Formats: sequence, structure tokens, C-alpha cells
Amino acid sequence: LLLWAAPVLAQPAAFQVVGDTIPASLTGTPGDAARGRAIVTTRQRGLCLLCHSGPFPEEPFQGDLAPSLAGAGARLTKGQLRLRLVDGRRLNPATLMPAYYSTEGLVRVGRAWQGRTVLSAEEIEDVVAFLVTLQE
Amino acid sequence: MRRFATLALALLALGAGPRSGFETMTPELQAMQRDDFANPGMLWVAEGEALFQRQGCTGCHTPAQMVGVAARYPVFDAGRDGPIDLAGRIAQCREQRQGAAPLPTESPEALALAAYVANQSRGLPLAPDPDPRLDPARRQGEALFRERRGQLNLSCAQCHDDNAGRRLAGSAIPEGHANGYPLYRLEWQGLGSLRRRLRSCMVGVRSEPFPPDAPEYLALEAYLAMRARGLVVETPAIRP
Ligand code: HEC
Ligand code: HEC
Ligand code: HEC
Repeated sequence: LLLWAAPVLAQPAAFQVVGDTIPASLTGTPGDAARGRAIVTTRQRGLCLLCHSGPFPEEPFQGDLAPSLAGAGARLTKGQLRLRLVDGRRLNPATLMPAYYSTEGLVRVGRAWQGRTVLSAEEIEDVVAFLVTLQE
Repeated sequence: MRRFATLALALLALGAGPRSGFETMTPELQAMQRDDFANPGMLWVAEGEALFQRQGCTGCHTPAQMVGVAARYPVFDAGRDGPIDLAGRIAQCREQRQGAAPLPTESPEALALAAYVANQSRGLPLAPDPDPRLDPARRQGEALFRERRGQLNLSCAQCHDDNAGRRLAGSAIPEGHANGYPLYRLEWQGLGSLRRRLRSCMVGVRSEPFPPDAPEYLALEAYLAMRARGLVVETPAIRP
């Protein structure tokens, strides 16, 4: 069990890692799967399809640097998905996947992005809610 | 240098050298690059040829002296005690040897002159300056190439060494070689410099690009030249 405190920059909020999961919602409330789907498929929001492919027939351009998101909700629990989004470096320090809810350990972040996480806590919860629906 | 040697040996063992971004382009774009009448970059080369005359470069240089220059750059410049690239050399000739007003970096005139000079080396293999005084810059360049940066926390190497040939959404990731610059990018709808490319890749990972005249660019350029050793100069290349 590991307790991680937020940096002075106010965000991101503190959360608890248990094993390879973050069991509790970052916001205390469940996310919205429809909003999560929009984040995942929007190039400028989630950026997920730069690297991943998935069951998104309307998206002609999908990446192949990472495993398909198809079936992610069957392979991983909510808590496991949450930690992989928040900061996958805790499981694989060399991971290619950006930490979507961390401002730590980054070099020369662009001025417009400094002190900001890629996604907000609400957005992380929306994406988690969507990923659990990907059962096959 | 040990690392370069090991890399070269590893590539020899695999029977593969560096692959130009040209190789992964569609046959249509390859044909466009090969055909001087279809290649829009040749307009800049022609403009550069005229400028070479008009701006007095021919007072000191013949076009034949420009053959092979781009294949060797960046080189060590004693006056600066560090690397100088082709664009830097041309600017230096204008300002210090001709006493002319500097051409704004990456202005159409500066790009045209660089395209003309580099085009004189088209088809020649990159043969980087062996001067060991460039080694510190090359080492710095390699470190920068491997350093993860930006909000997305990605290094050049993660895309161009580890994932070259894969697709980043719609784009094929090239090995990231600098053998075609200045080049015509369809996305830019114009000729662009290597620095512009490097800035785009930096901004793409949401990192703060280095300021325009930062030594980091020269370091990266010196490393990229060594990394692409043996590929032929393609200027003016076409890229998507
Ligand atoms: C720059 C590349 C990149 C981006 C962008 C990216 N990922 Fe990943 N992702 C990976 C890689 C690579 C892995 C494989 C695990 C590893 O390397 O640590 C992965 C793993 C995952 C996993 C675990 C998959 C499994 O089956 O184990 C999930 C879920 C996931 N990503 C979801 C997302 C979502 C959702 C987004 C966008 C909000 C996203 N990823 C953005 C590269 C990326
Ligand atoms: C997230 C992936 C990614 C990262 C990180 C990245 N690049 Fe690129 N790079 C690309 C893609 C994709 C292209 C091809 C451009 C296109 O078609 O959109 C490219 C193109 C290039 C080219 C031009 C290759 C050619 O054939 O003309 C060079 C040189 C280059 N990158 C160098 C770098 C350097 C140096 C860095 C680090 C400072 C870097 N890149 C970081 C994805 C990346
Ligand atoms: C007054 C003389 C003079 C003029 C005019 C001049 N140059 Fe030069 N140029 C030189 C000298 C001297 C060098 C060698 C510098 C060195 O190696 O330190 C040089 C070097 C170069 C090189 C590198 C050659 C090599 O083998 O490394 C290029 C490229 C070049 N000049 C381009 C130009 C262009 C383009 C112009 C016009 C805008 C121009 N020069 C005008 C004197 C001149």
C-alpha cells in the first residue's frame, strides 16, 4: 500500500495505490462512459488512438504502437485500468504510454501544459467508465 | 564513438543500414520527389541558384565547390569553437564575409540558398565530418535524442528507433533521418528546414521547443548526421 501526495501545484489530487490498482474513483463519483468514449476517440483530448487501435469503425486513423483497446474491460478491472491511465510508470517505468494524471518526473514541458495533467480527474473517470464497457 | 561503432556493427550484422523516410512514402510521392518537373522543391532550388549569382556568392565560390558540402555538414567551426550547420555557414558568409544584412532564419531566401547548395550534393552519401572536436556535440545530441520530454514524456528514440515503421495514428513513423532538408512537406505546403521539423516533433510531445539559436539544435543535427551516415542526400526531398 502506497500513499502518494499531490505536489504543491494543487493538482493532481492525492490517491491510493493498492497493488496494481487505484481502487477508488479519483472524484468519488462514477464517470460517464459516453463522455469517456468521446475523449478516447478525440485526437486532441485523449490522444489514445495515436498509439492504440480499438473497436471504433468510424475512426480511419488508428495507431499500432500499443495493444488494441478491444477487450480492455475484460482483461483489467476498473482499479487496474485507473492506475494504467493515471501513471503506468508505476508498473513499467519504461512504458511508452504517457501518465495521464501526473505532473511528476517530466522534462521541458511546454509552457501551455506546465503544471497540468493530460486529463482531469473527471476525464480519467469518464475514460475508465468507458473502458470497462469494452468487454470483447 | 564506441556507441556509433557498436550500432554500425549491429546493423551490418542484420544486413540493414539506415532507411530513408523516402522508403516508406507512397509510390506517388516517391515519383514526385524523383521528377524534377513535378517536385515543388525544385522551385526553391532554382530561386537559390539565381540568388547565388545575384547575392554575390559567386564572387568567392563556384557552384562546383558546393558539391559534397551538405553531405559533410555540420562541421567544426574554429571561430565558434563548436559545430556550424549549412544554414549557419551561409548566414556567416553573408554577414561576416559580405557585410550584408542577415537573412531572417528560415526566410524564403535563406531556405532557397540552402536548398540550392544542398541540391549540389544530391545523390552523394552522407559522410559526416570526422573531426573529433565534434564528439561532445554528438554525444549531447544523442543524449537529447534519448531523453524523454514534454507532457507526453516521449523521446525521439522511442518513436524513431523503437517504433519506426509503425503507425502513429495515420502517419508512418520514419527512422527520422535528416538527409532530405530543406524539403517540401505536403502538410506545410512549402519548403521547410530541419529545425522546423525538430520543433514540430518537440511540440508534438507537448514539450517547450529550444529557443531558435539554442546549441541543442546543432547537437541534435550533429548526432543525426552520424546516425544517418551512408544515406544519400535527397534535397529537395518530399515528405507527407
Ligand atoms: C504514446 C503511446 C500511448 C498513448 C498515447 C496511450 N497509450 Fe495506452 N498503452 C501504450 C502502450 C505501449 C501500452 C502497453 C503497456 C506498456 O507498455 O506499459 C499501453 C497500455 C494500455 C492499457 C493496458 C492494456 C492491456 O491490455 O494491458 C490500457 C487500458 C491503455 N493503454 C489505455 C489507453 C487510453 C485509454 C489512452 C488514452 C487516454 C492511452 N492508452 C494512450 C501506449 C499508449
Ligand atoms: C511521438 C512520436 C515522435 C517523437 C517523440 C519524435 N518524432 Fe520525429 N517524427 C515523427 C513522425 C510521425 C514523423 C513523420 C512526419 C509525418 O509524416 O507527420 C517524424 C519525422 C521526423 C524527421 C524527418 C524524417 C524525414 O524522413 O524527413 C526527423 C529528422 C525527426 N522526426 C526527428 C525527431 C527528433 C530529433 C525528435 C526528438 C527531439 C523526434 N523526431 C521526436 C514522430 C515522432
Ligand atoms: C568574401 C568571400 C565569400 C563570399 C562572398 C561568400 N563566401 Fe561562402 N565561404 C567563404 C570562405 C572563406 C569559406 C570557408 C569558411 C571556413 O571553412 O571556415 C566559405 C564557406 C562556404 C560554405 C562551406 C564550404 C565548405 O566546404 O565547408 C558554403 C556552403 C558557403 N560558403 C556558401 C556561401 C553562400 C551561399 C554565399 C552567398 C550568400 C557565400 N558563401 C558568399 C567566403 C565567401
